[in-house]
Amino acid sequence: MSDGYSPPLGRSKDSSAPVLYLDGVSVVFDGFRALNNLSLVVDAGELRAIIGPNGAGKTTMMDVITGKTRPTAGVVRFRDHDLTRLDEATIANLGIGRKFQKPTVFDALTVFENLELALKAPRGPFACLAWLLSGEARRRIEATVEEIGLTARMHDRAAILSHGQRQWLEIGMLLMQDPELLLVDEPVAGMTDQETEHTAALLVRIAGQRSVVVVEHDLEFVRALGSKVTVLCEGSMLSEGSIDHVQNDPRVIEVYLGR
Amino acid sequence: MKRPLLGLLLLLLLALPVRAQDAFTGALPGLAGGFADIATAVERLGAAGDPRALPVLRALQEGRLQKAGDGRILLPEGAGLVDAATGQPAEAAGAGAEAVRLNNRVRQALRGALGRLQILSPDPAERQAAAEAVFRSRSAENVPVLRQALARETVPRIRTQLELALAASQLVGTDEAGKRDAVARLGSAGTVEARALLLEARGGNPDLVTAIDVSIATIERTLSLRRAAETLFQGLSLGSVLLLAALGLAITFGVMGVINMAHGEFVMLGAYATFLVQEFCRGIPWLAPWSLALSVPAAFLVTAAAGALLERGLIRHLYGRPLETLLMTFGVGMILQQAVRLAFGAQNREVLSPAWMQGTLLLPGGISVTQNRLWIIVFGLAVLLLVFAAIRLTRFGLEMRAVVQNRRIAATMGIRTGRVDAMTFAFGSGLAGLAGVALSQIDNVSPNLGTGYIIDSFMVVVFGGVGSLAGTLVGAMTLGIVNKMLEPWAGAVLAKVFVLIAIMLFIQRRPKGLFALKGRAAES
Amino acid sequence: MSATIATPAPGTTGRLTIRLVLIGAILVLAVLPVLNQLPAESTLHVSDFIVSITGKWITYAVLALAIDLAWGYAGILSLGHGAFFALGGYAMGMHLMRLIGPRGVYGHPTLPDFMVFLGYQELPWYWLGFEHFPYAVLMAMAVPGVLAAILGFLAFRSRITGVYLSIITQAMTYALMLAFFRNDMGFGGNNGFTDFKELLGMPLNTDNARAVLFYASLALLVVAFLACTRITQSKLGRVLVAIRDAESRVRFLGYDVTRHKLFVFVLSAALAGLAGALYVPQVGIINPGEFSPGNSIEAVIWVAVGGRGTLVGAVLGAFSVNALKTWLTTVAPDLWLFALGGLFVAVTLFLPRGLIGLFAKAPK
Repeated sequence: MSDGYSPPLGRSKDSSAPVLYLDGVSVVFDGFRALNNLSLVVDAGELRAIIGPNGAGKTTMMDVITGKTRPTAGVVRFRDHDLTRLDEATIANLGIGRKFQKPTVFDALTVFENLELALKAPRGPFACLAWLLSGEARRRIEATVEEIGLTARMHDRAAILSHGQRQWLEIGMLLMQDPELLLVDEPVAGMTDQETEHTAALLVRIAGQRSVVVVEHDLEFVRALGSKVTVLCEGSMLSEGSIDHVQNDPRVIEVYLGR
Repeated sequence: MKRPLLGLLLLLLLALPVRAQDAFTGALPGLAGGFADIATAVERLGAAGDPRALPVLRALQEGRLQKAGDGRILLPEGAGLVDAATGQPAEAAGAGAEAVRLNNRVRQALRGALGRLQILSPDPAERQAAAEAVFRSRSAENVPVLRQALARETVPRIRTQLELALAASQLVGTDEAGKRDAVARLGSAGTVEARALLLEARGGNPDLVTAIDVSIATIERTLSLRRAAETLFQGLSLGSVLLLAALGLAITFGVMGVINMAHGEFVMLGAYATFLVQEFCRGIPWLAPWSLALSVPAAFLVTAAAGALLERGLIRHLYGRPLETLLMTFGVGMILQQAVRLAFGAQNREVLSPAWMQGTLLLPGGISVTQNRLWIIVFGLAVLLLVFAAIRLTRFGLEMRAVVQNRRIAATMGIRTGRVDAMTFAFGSGLAGLAGVALSQIDNVSPNLGTGYIIDSFMVVVFGGVGSLAGTLVGAMTLGIVNKMLEPWAGAVLAKVFVLIAIMLFIQRRPKGLFALKGRAAES
Repeated sequence: MSATIATPAPGTTGRLTIRLVLIGAILVLAVLPVLNQLPAESTLHVSDFIVSITGKWITYAVLALAIDLAWGYAGILSLGHGAFFALGGYAMGMHLMRLIGPRGVYGHPTLPDFMVFLGYQELPWYWLGFEHFPYAVLMAMAVPGVLAAILGFLAFRSRITGVYLSIITQAMTYALMLAFFRNDMGFGGNNGFTDFKELLGMPLNTDNARAVLFYASLALLVVAFLACTRITQSKLGRVLVAIRDAESRVRFLGYDVTRHKLFVFVLSAALAGLAGALYVPQVGIINPGEFSPGNSIEAVIWVAVGGRGTLVGAVLGAFSVNALKTWLTTVAPDLWLFALGGLFVAVTLFLPRGLIGLFAKAPK
């Protein structure tokens, strides 16, 4: 029985080939073009920041990549896989993890249990029923708890964590999934400056082993990431380059500051 | 070929009255003779088509016709007698007058003759009865008088009967062209009676078999079209009932997202409100005819008040917890049902339909529809329009839409969202009351009236798509028509099962229903 | 989605207390048929009525467990479990009808009375095999299971959740009720099945049969409880809770939510069917009224009253609500529906964690 689980992909494959490849992607809702002929290429190990005003299509782009929304037109590939034909669970198992804008962790479960669910392991109901926590799995979870700084709260239910802690728990869950590509939607919204700094460091540390795409409003945070930046506007790419490059791009200044 | 024939016929008809005059006076004396003479005279009188013959034959049938010693025929009129030939009062009948007697042969002749004469009677009911009698008598001799009657008949129903009788009479005659003509006309008549007549004639007319079969096929086509039209009507009528029950749900469930399992009980309350208004009006004669009209606002207000109470008292504490709301409102429905059962008894209460809603209406093409179901369709569409207007055109509708789309922003703009919630829920519940008024006209008013409809109404909302009036309309009508279409060959129960399966399969392709909201708005 | 209900993670002492209470309760139940054998004068004597009604409640408790597994853990509020229960009951009823043999009123060697009455010449094909007890038990699980699998597959695949699913399961229940009311379905129409004679060679309506059925039900309850405990405490249980609270998030973790939900829904339906199969020989009748949508939703309220999301709560709820029902329908029958309706309102508004919530500590 296949358990909806695919073995880890060979990381060492062709590291020069792009991990994520979007070309000419459009999404139309009742005549409203949420994405308009969007193209985007993310390389292996790359950290990429995506910024843009409200309604630029950032979240829709994430939805398209993770299979939540089907594009009206265009190509969406992850390695050799056509993502437009797969469902969320399959895409997640291919190695794409997503952190939502609003932190969604499982309130009724403890920090440890949340991570245990995310841990890469057979996903079918029978496999879950027969699942026994091995010493190695326990060590991995504990290491991740350490990394996201929640060791003291490991057996607390997620419902009682603070907002920042929930964000980190969700990032921790992404790490447990051991994805090749991480999509992170506004990770520092509502965080204190200190928490923001901590998060930026965490993301930089994660990138390198995997590709990370971060959607963010906070330009200071994006600067802290020190990565290539893509600016979206009205569903299309407006500008791409270093943070200094895009900040000096007159088109970007126009959409951000108004004419 | 046809034209000269028609002209001849016309001439013949024009000539008839003149000849009839003679025939009437000429035939009268026969009545004074022996039985054979009387029978011949009766037949001649019948064939003559003279209006004066009618009272004479009637009197004869009733045994009141007198013959004087001198052979004059005397007709009783008031206290005295008149001379049937002249219409002049006859002086004292004299000793020789006696009643004209009847035997079976005369009686038989009388029936046919009277039938033919009554066809020309000024009273439509009499003509109708006569046409039927003539149809049953199946005699070729009826042809001329039927033609005569058809020429002046204006009432469609009687015309149909006359034409049927004419064709029947022609089919037993010897005129081959007339027979063929009759077969063709029966074919286009398209009624069950015409088909029976053709089947009857098929055996006796071997050379007409092909023509008859063609005509029968035509009739079957007409009949199946008519059946389809009637099924469509029944479907629309069931659809309207579902529409009425589902419109309230489209507001409370579709717009507000509150699942109210007591909605069916609100429908039931509406029906009982109708019953109470009827009982109240019964004692006041001038009010009685208006009882149903009064029920409409009464039922709306009663159920709207119940809805507002339910929303403010209970449901608002469970916003955001739909499954709990479902269970809680089911409990409320249970309590309402039991309360009504204790107050009114478990037996059915009868709500009478006003006279203008009773009976059947015959539409062109022989399609018959029951008046009360027709009115329910009208009522359902009227309510739909009113709901549409209330949502689109009133201040309340605007506030309602605002609260649904963005509660917090609506609140900051000074809309009292709690009040809007209560009013919206009351509005949806009031619509359930209106459904109750309609249901009281076609179903038994009993405490569990609502349970039978509520599940179907939810299916309408699921199928049509949440939060769309167009979806509710299309969903209700589709479900109604499909149900009625399946019923003849699957039975009512299996039809329901099929519809359920169809909906399950349908939402595989359109999980949010027929008229789904798309995009970000649909995500929440 | 629904409000989060705590899955209590009691400490070891708390868990021990619960276990002791449970074992005690099972022992108390287990002695009832024994006490029934005591002479009637004895103060400890337990009447036939108590034994048979407790046996019935035990099957209800299994039904409650089945509902709780789907609703309390996976968030699938099925309003169709009464129908699964009834289907299991019908499967057992068919077996019992076949065992009547020539002892029916019409004395037909194979056909049940109602078939003779309706002019059947031979058994319909779907009655074949029901003369064998194991087959009937298998069908009592398989028929509801397969129905749940089809319905669940269609519904979960197209992501029909929450009240939509509830409405659809209710429509299914309603359609089944209408179907079983029909004579031409071959299930006895309006009257259903009754006048059973024997089961597994023992005549029904004897102390012996009552005790055997009672212990069988109790055994089923214990086994079902242990199985459900095993499931809910496994990782699968945690996946189900996660699905209940944030279904789409679970999908993005790579779980095939449809399969997990389907697994628990089918299992739950089969368990309900098994409970129904034990219910029918104890009450001696099964008719289409068991399919009534009200029955299904009443069973849901047992779970709500006891405390959903806890297995003990489901069992507790089934016993307490039915005890209340039995008492109230004897002393004031008109009031029962008010009380039941009131329970729906009171539990949802004031006791979202049920009776168990009164004892267990509030979540930290």
